[in-house]
Amino acid sequence: MKILSMSAVLDSLSRFYASSIGKKILVALTGAALVLFVLGHMIGNLLVFAGPEAINEYGHMLQTALHGGGVWIARLGLLAAVAIHIIATIQLTRQNRAARNDAYGQHKAQVSSKASHTMIWSGLTLLAFIVYHLLHFTVRAGNGFNGAAYKTELHGETVHNVYKMVIDGFSWAPASLFYIIAMVLLYSHLSHGVSSLFQTLGLTTHRTAPVFKALGHAYATLILVGNCSIPVAIWLFGYGR
Amino acid sequence: MSLLNLHLKVWRQNRGQPGHFQDIEAKDIPDHASFLEMMDIVNERLIQAGQEPVAFDHDCREGICGMCSMQINGIPHGPEKATTTCQLHMRKFRTGDTIWIEPFRATAFPVIKDLMVDRGAFDRIQQAGGFVTVRTGAAPDANAILIGKEVADAAMDAAACIGCGACVAACKNASAMLFVSAKAGQLNSLPQGQPEKDRRTLAMVRQMDKEGFGNCTNQYECEASCPKEISVRWITKLNRDYAAAAMKEAFVGRQESSDGGE
Ligand code: SF4
Ligand code: FES
Repeated sequence: MKILSMSAVLDSLSRFYASSIGKKILVALTGAALVLFVLGHMIGNLLVFAGPEAINEYGHMLQTALHGGGVWIARLGLLAAVAIHIIATIQLTRQNRAARNDAYGQHKAQVSSKASHTMIWSGLTLLAFIVYHLLHFTVRAGNGFNGAAYKTELHGETVHNVYKMVIDGFSWAPASLFYIIAMVLLYSHLSHGVSSLFQTLGLTTHRTAPVFKALGHAYATLILVGNCSIPVAIWLFGYGR
Repeated sequence: MSLLNLHLKVWRQNRGQPGHFQDIEAKDIPDHASFLEMMDIVNERLIQAGQEPVAFDHDCREGICGMCSMQINGIPHGPEKATTTCQLHMRKFRTGDTIWIEPFRATAFPVIKDLMVDRGAFDRIQQAGGFVTVRTGAAPDANAILIGKEVADAAMDAAACIGCGACVAACKNASAMLFVSAKAGQLNSLPQGQPEKDRRTLAMVRQMDKEGFGNCTNQYECEASCPKEISVRWITKLNRDYAAAAMKEAFVGRQESSDGGE
């Protein structure tokens, strides 16, 4: 009996996932988690402007939270969110293409934005960026950022010198450029995605629709300006170099 | 009255065969003709010339039946806001204009001939849940169930949907969410629709998916093209109602097997 009702629950949940709205709700929920993550990530990174102590201490705190388990919990959570977000959107996009086999000779968009038409492309480019970004600053592959030159003393402990890594990382023009391009695409993705998730989650009303739309653009701009300020300051204005 | 000379690019296709655009010169079209009257004139001339007339759907010709369709210059029902093709007038065009005339394109709306498409998918969605079950016998007293004015007005707005399919035609994903949300939302808003609300919502969405319509990406081209100005807030409600119904189905189950039942 228990097994029966268990499988009934699982059946219904898989039907939910199989449905158009079910998948969209998962995309919206994982999108919401990622939207909040980029804000936290940006605020943390801006500590680079507070000097070496501040950002190194922050980095050390992230690495050692919950005896080093915290960072892995966050990583696995984010990985799951990214995976669901991408798998579901690719499935949805394929269905959308199949829903119109014969193309129009003329098809005019009247109200929708460029950003909303390019979500899959801005998203997939961001995926490529995330892979590069993780190799660059997290795994630190193909660069010396794991070496002894990037260790420093903090309150009597040897910690990773995040500050020096960020300054050196962005002193290389191609890296800075790629980061800035990726952030412009993130801006585009968020400018449609943020207000869109409220609609998919069934939260938008006549009154709040324009508010969510403005909020989405403001949020996207905030993330763009905040994140780009770091490579721009280091690469173009020589901050910390 | 002035006369218009127009270049038409009209889609010609027989069911199951590939189609093509045919160039037709429509000369001396009175500007007070409706778009469908223009098509009638064109067809008369085609018939006189011994050619096949262009097949297109129409019925009431007063904007209430939802039969007329056509993608006109890339927009369902043409460029006028809140207007069906039958209510569109030729004075909205200039002499010398090129007009592209195509069927509503969606895998779920197969072409029958030329500009006529089979919108039976909408009927099947309605049959899946777009109704309230009533007992037979004497008609119940009118106004026996009290309904707030705001609720009645909102339900009436949703009920204005004429099932034309322009929302599907306008959507880059050929999604039917605006139609389904209007039909489900109308009944889900009213007290008479409450007993079957969850069942209705699940059944209509599942039928919609089965018919092969695409998924909504919240771009609202449907609302911009809808001749009845159905609001995308109905889609918000459908998303909400569907999430609630699906979760209830998964974790509570049917009424008869519920723990608190008889
Ligand atoms: S929602 Fe509007 S566009 Fe869609 S079928 Fe109804 S009336 Fe036509
Ligand atoms: S013919 Fe009836 S709505 Fe156009």
